[in-house]
Amino acid sequence: MAFISSGYNPDKPMEDRITDIGPIKYDKFYPPVIANNKGKWLYHEILKPGVLVHVAESGDKVFTVRCGGARLMSTGLILEICDIADKHCDGYVRWTTRNNIEFMVDSEDKVEPLVQDLESRTFPAGSYKFPVGGTGAGVTNIVHTQGWVHCHTPATDASGPVKATMDALFDDFKDHRLPAQLRVSLACCLNMCGAVHCSDIAILGYHRKPPMLDHEYLDKMCEIPLAIAACPTAAIKPSKVESAKGDQLKSVAVKNSRCMFCGNCYTMCPAMPLADQEGDGIVLMAGGKVSNRISAPKFSKVVVAFIPNEPPLWQNTTKTIKKIVEAYAKDANKYERVGEWAERIGWERFFEKCELEFTHHLIDDFRDPAYYTWRQSTQFKF
Amino acid sequence: MKHETPLLDQLESGPWPSFVSDLKQQAEKRAKNEEGIEFQIPQDVVEDILGVLELSFKDGETHWKHGGIVGVFGYGGGVIGRYCDQPEKFPGVAHFHTMRVAQPGGKFYTSEYLRKICKLWDLRGSGITNMHGSTGDIIFLGTTTPQLEEVFYELTHNMGQDLGGSGSNLRTPADCIGEARCEWSCYDTQALCYDLTQEYQDELHRPAFPYKFKFKFDGCPNCCVASIARADLSFVGTWRDDIKIDQEAVQAYIGGEIPPNGGSHSGRDWGPFSINKEVINLCPTKCMWMEDGKLMIDSKECTRCMHCINVMPRALRIGDDRGVSILAGAKAPILDGAQMGSLIVPFIKAEPPYTEIKETVIEPIWDWWMEEGKNRERLGELMKRQGLQRLLEVTGFTPDPRMVQEPRSNPYIFWKEDEVDGGWERDVDAFREKHQR
Repeated sequence: MAFISSGYNPDKPMEDRITDIGPIKYDKFYPPVIANNKGKWLYHEILKPGVLVHVAESGDKVFTVRCGGARLMSTGLILEICDIADKHCDGYVRWTTRNNIEFMVDSEDKVEPLVQDLESRTFPAGSYKFPVGGTGAGVTNIVHTQGWVHCHTPATDASGPVKATMDALFDDFKDHRLPAQLRVSLACCLNMCGAVHCSDIAILGYHRKPPMLDHEYLDKMCEIPLAIAACPTAAIKPSKVESAKGDQLKSVAVKNSRCMFCGNCYTMCPAMPLADQEGDGIVLMAGGKVSNRISAPKFSKVVVAFIPNEPPLWQNTTKTIKKIVEAYAKDANKYERVGEWAERIGWERFFEKCELEFTHHLIDDFRDPAYYTWRQSTQFKF
Repeated sequence: MKHETPLLDQLESGPWPSFVSDLKQQAEKRAKNEEGIEFQIPQDVVEDILGVLELSFKDGETHWKHGGIVGVFGYGGGVIGRYCDQPEKFPGVAHFHTMRVAQPGGKFYTSEYLRKICKLWDLRGSGITNMHGSTGDIIFLGTTTPQLEEVFYELTHNMGQDLGGSGSNLRTPADCIGEARCEWSCYDTQALCYDLTQEYQDELHRPAFPYKFKFKFDGCPNCCVASIARADLSFVGTWRDDIKIDQEAVQAYIGGEIPPNGGSHSGRDWGPFSINKEVINLCPTKCMWMEDGKLMIDSKECTRCMHCINVMPRALRIGDDRGVSILAGAKAPILDGAQMGSLIVPFIKAEPPYTEIKETVIEPIWDWWMEEGKNRERLGELMKRQGLQRLLEVTGFTPDPRMVQEPRSNPYIFWKEDEVDGGWERDVDAFREKHQR
């Protein structure tokens, strides 16, 4: 393959350089019906799962067909999305915050042909390319992180467990039977790229073994004071160790009993890896939300301390999630989010109804806020 | 295929779109190369992605090395270095850097633009993307170091498109769909997001902060971009006057002519709509009631939670005196636990050129954080360490009961000397004249 120059001259990097121009301005990409009615929308309605209509003051309507997709996406699939947009939507398309793809048309008669087209497209092995759904009181697409496909700190994969979970929750992606919307998110480590900590159900990758110490390389690869300062529990201190050759090496020592496996030391020092097939796995959290609707936004709470990684299908993770979703669907009131339901019935009932075991791992013992999560009342349920 | 992938293959069945199938199609497409592209990175790169991912499925551990400092000239962000820890087995992905491309507001696109992006990334990268990364950027997943400047040159020269943020700088700001297609948006999220993104390009590309900093823009308190949970400064649309009521439409909801909540509960028979049960009794401030067949709202007592508006979008509309509430300090758990945004500005107008937002909110807060923040300390952690009072001091905002859930329950107030009559300097001998030892 011959090198093709873009025009960039490495000897004169500043020549013709264009910088600091930012993204392309949003309004260059608005479909006409959006440009004409921006700020003048009156109301909307979900006609069926995955299909919305927004009505403007002018009487104009925009029909949106929402479909799911993996956020890990090839140019081949993006080009197919372009073909669909050209065929049905005058070349316009958008993505939602939760990795859904939205195709918009300006009249109702264009909706069914678009839906039919999207639903007819499948991969050779059978999965849908563009399943229509993800609206209203159901499950929508999962926001997630990179996982094993591209990240250096994960405690689980992302795309794999997301695919397995969405397969398990697929019926609710295409339905409106739940009491309210149910948002599932995944973060493959505690860094949590994304708002996983405020989701109805959060899938979190977690390490359980303290860092290994690559003494021979530690002082060469890392700034030791930064590695020490990185530890939130002060478990790391400087130490001297003797190498196999008898040299004195500057390194660190870790007080393992103080480690809470956050991996921040590894972020600062590549000679302190944590990843481990047996140690790593999944934490399930539940009851968070970001909306201010009825009750204030809430953090998700840890409801299952550990499930081993089970690639490729993560069957115990998906089974447990399904159990929570079914208990919620059966028991919650209309409009009640998972967290509001758990607070109304009490967390003791939540564990009972979801058939989850309560273990000591679920009692907070991290810093002052832990105290505020213990029960300071005689009001509880038997 | 170059590598056997028995584990990944199991993720090709089931109804949800299979990323494995997509990657396999892409690998075949590159192998066939019907368009005759002169690939600038290995042709079998996608096969090696599948191979290395299969190995991780087998090992239960990642095979990507830690970091690596690469980038484009003059920028300190936008590119994340990535190297495989099994380069001999998977040479196609031995060097596999990420580029973050700043997404347009609302993530609206034309196929013309997307085709250009795809053409560039097929030629100079893996052809694998994230649509989109968690912060919002288009993610180009995997290319080699020599291609970084070439991709950047083509983006800026041929497409008018810049990179996004990474590292200790302003991360690419993100917005909800806002006024573009939502009747609840209390300000133009895309306009404010774009204006601040352009104003602070230097902060976005050249890391000068203690750590990352995120702006996110939600049009209303429903918070669809989760700004309140993950932005250092979260801009949430709100209003100060009355919810507008269409009494005829209220009656249509009561009569069952319009489905509640925009039809979002259509998958189950919840029984006939009850305005008392579903709206009035669920109002968190109990500021609504029916009177002579009309819905009444005591707006002064309303906290704008959106529930009634969400349930009856054709009957109830947001008010006209609109602006934003600003919350500060949200972050994910690392290190000292997750933090939700805390209210620092109950209401401010959000109209171009947004001078008040820039000069009285953003810039004083950045000055304080850059002066006092420790390495890798997020704004929310600095607020916890030095107190909300300190943030009020540096911004000059007037303390307001709206900023707290409740007043403090301990009296341990850090009085300042100038707040106490006569100051703190006293004469102990004069004290002893009145009080024996």
